[in-house]
Amino acid sequence: MVDSMTRSDRDGAEPADFTFDAESEDKIAAILEKYPSGRQASAVLPLLDLAQRQMKRQSGSAWVPRAAMDAIATRLQMPPIRVYEVATFYFMFNTKPVGKWHLQVCTTTPCWLRGSDAVVDTCKRVTGIRQFGETSADGLFTMTEVECLGACVNAPILQVNDDFYEDMDAATTEKLLEALRQNAPPPPGSMSGRQASAPAGGPITLTALEFPESATPSGGE
Amino acid sequence: MLSDRDRIFTNLYGMHDWRLAGARARGDWDNTAALLARGRDAIVEEIKASGLRGRGGAGFPTGMKWSFMPKQSDGRPCYLVVNADESEPGTCKDRDIIRHDPHKLIEGCLIASFAMGAHAAYIYIRGEFYNEARHLQAAIDEAYEAGLIGRNACGSGWDFDLYLHRGAGAYICGEETALLESLEGKKGMPRLKPPFPAAVGLYGCPTTVNNVESIAVTPTILRRGAAWFSALGRPKNTGTKVFCISGHVNTPCNVEEELGIPLRELIERYAGGVRGGWDNLLAIIPGGSSVPVLPKEICDTVLMDFDSLREVRSGLGTAAVIVMDKSTDIIKAIARLSHFYKHESCGQCTPCREGTGWMMRVMDRLVEGRAEVEEIDILDQVTRQVEGHTICALGDAAAWPIQGLIRHFRPEIESRIAAFKSRGLQMAAE
Repeated sequence: MVDSMTRSDRDGAEPADFTFDAESEDKIAAILEKYPSGRQASAVLPLLDLAQRQMKRQSGSAWVPRAAMDAIATRLQMPPIRVYEVATFYFMFNTKPVGKWHLQVCTTTPCWLRGSDAVVDTCKRVTGIRQFGETSADGLFTMTEVECLGACVNAPILQVNDDFYEDMDAATTEKLLEALRQNAPPPPGSMSGRQASAPAGGPITLTALEFPESATPSGGE
Repeated sequence: MLSDRDRIFTNLYGMHDWRLAGARARGDWDNTAALLARGRDAIVEEIKASGLRGRGGAGFPTGMKWSFMPKQSDGRPCYLVVNADESEPGTCKDRDIIRHDPHKLIEGCLIASFAMGAHAAYIYIRGEFYNEARHLQAAIDEAYEAGLIGRNACGSGWDFDLYLHRGAGAYICGEETALLESLEGKKGMPRLKPPFPAAVGLYGCPTTVNNVESIAVTPTILRRGAAWFSALGRPKNTGTKVFCISGHVNTPCNVEEELGIPLRELIERYAGGVRGGWDNLLAIIPGGSSVPVLPKEICDTVLMDFDSLREVRSGLGTAAVIVMDKSTDIIKAIARLSHFYKHESCGQCTPCREGTGWMMRVMDRLVEGRAEVEEIDILDQVTRQVEGHTICALGDAAAWPIQGLIRHFRPEIESRIAAFKSRGLQMAAE
C-alpha cells in the first residue's frame, strides 16, 4: 500500500495539504464524544471515513490522501505512522483516487455460485475496464474486487459507492451502469424486485402476524 | 414447523415500520423497566436457563459468558461490545436485524449491559453496512429521545449510553479481540488470550463481546421465559435461529426456524428446494465458509444444530447454508474461499500469514489439476500445521474448508489431476 502512495505522489495526485471543512468539523465533535477522554485514537476509523467523504465532495473522488492522514494524526495526537498503518490495513480506505462510481463487485463463493462472473464481465464490457483496480478512461468508474459483503441470500451483489445492488445479473448490471452514466442511480436493494431477504415470490413466513401499524411500510432513511 | 407466534424477528423482511412506533407495536420496549427490576442475577440466570448459545459462530453459552463479568467493580468501568461485523461468507442475518428490527438490538443492549454492570456499550458494525448503520443510528437517537436509553434508562435508575462505531472493511475484526483493537483505533490484530476480555477488554476494562443476534433475542427470552425458549429446538441446542440459505436453491432467503430442523426440510420448505431437485445436490457448507463442506449423503439426514453438525465433523457456525448443485466445480468453490482467507489474514502469526498463501496457491493448482496426487496429503498436512497454531481462529477457518474438501471429495481432486496429466500426454503425443 505504501507503494501505491508513492505512485500517486509521482502522478501528482497527492494534495499538499488537507483541512477538514465545516461539514466534517461538525461531525468530528460528535464523534469524539463517543469515546472516553484520552481514548481519542478510537476515532481514527471515523475520521479517515470523514476525510474520504470530504475528498469525494471536494474532488469527486473518494480517497484518503497522505495529507489527510497527517491532519488526522495531528487532531488525534497520534504518531502519523499509526494513522498510515490503519489507513492501509482497512480495505475501505482508498489510498489513491477512484472514479465517481466505485464498482465493488463481490466474487466470494456465495456470489460466485449465483453468477458474479457475469457481473464482472458486464462491468468490464460496458466500462472498458480490463481488470480489477482500474479506472475507466472517462474517469467515471473504478472496479474493485471485494470479499463477502454480507448480503449472500441476495447474491450476487454489486456495491456502488455506499449502496448495495442485489440479485444482479448481466442485464441488470448493464442497466445499472447506464443509469449511473446518466447520473441517475436507481434506489439500492434487490434489482429483481424482491422484498429484502424474503424468498422470491414473497414471504412464506411472518404472514400470519397483524400489527396495529402493519399498513406502514418501512420507508426512507 | 415453527409458528409465526414463536418467531422473535417479526420484521425480518422489513415489511413493517422499523422505527420506534413500529417496534413498540411489535412488543419491543414493553415495560423494560420491569425486566430490569428483576435484578442482574435473575436476568443472567434466566438467560442461562434458556440454554441460549452464542449466535456468532462459536456457540458458547451466552448466560455463562455474562457471568464471567466482575460482580463488584474494582473502579474500572465495564463494557458490552456488540459484534455487528458480519462478514463470514454466506452470512447476512445480522444485517436484517439491524436494518429491520434495530430496536430489538438496542433493548437487548440495555438489558445485557445492565446484567453485566455496564453503563456503556459499543456496537461495532462493518463499514460496508452504511445504510444499515444509518437505520441503527436513527433508532439509537429515537431511543435516547424517548428516554429508553441514556440517563435513568426506561426510568429504571440505570444510566446507559450506547454508541455505534463503523468498521472499515476487515473480516478479521469479527474476531472479538481484533474487534477491540480496532475499536481502540488500531489495526485489527487479535490479542493473545488470556487475559480474556471479561478481565481485560476494551480500554483495559472488563468487556463482553456478543453477536447481534444473541443480544437481540434476549428481551424476548425474558418476556416469554426461559421455559418457552428452551422448549424450542433440541436439548443443549435450544431456541430459534435465523438461517441464511444461499447458493443453488430456487429461492434463496433468510428465515427464522427452530434449531435442529433437518437441513433438507429447511431448504425444501423455505428456499424452494435445490435447483433441479434434491438429487441434483452436490454439497452444502452448513454454517458459513469456515465450516467443512458436507456431501449430499450427509445432507440427506443431518439436523441443523451445534451438536448434530459437530457429530458429522462440520459445524453450525453462523447457520449460513451455502448450497451447491451438481454443476458446481467444488474444488474451485473451496479454492475461492482460500483466496478469501489469504486476503483477510491479518499477517500477525506466521502459520496463517504464510499458510493461507501457500494453501491458496496449491488449491489454485488443484483447480486445474496441475499437481501430483501426493500433494493432496501434503496439503492436508499443512492445513493441520496451520490449524491450532495461531492466536485466533482464522487459521482454523482457512484450514477446515480444505480439510472438508479432501475428506469428502478426494476422488474429484484425483480425477482432476489425472485429466490434466492425460491432456499433457496427448499434447506430447501430437
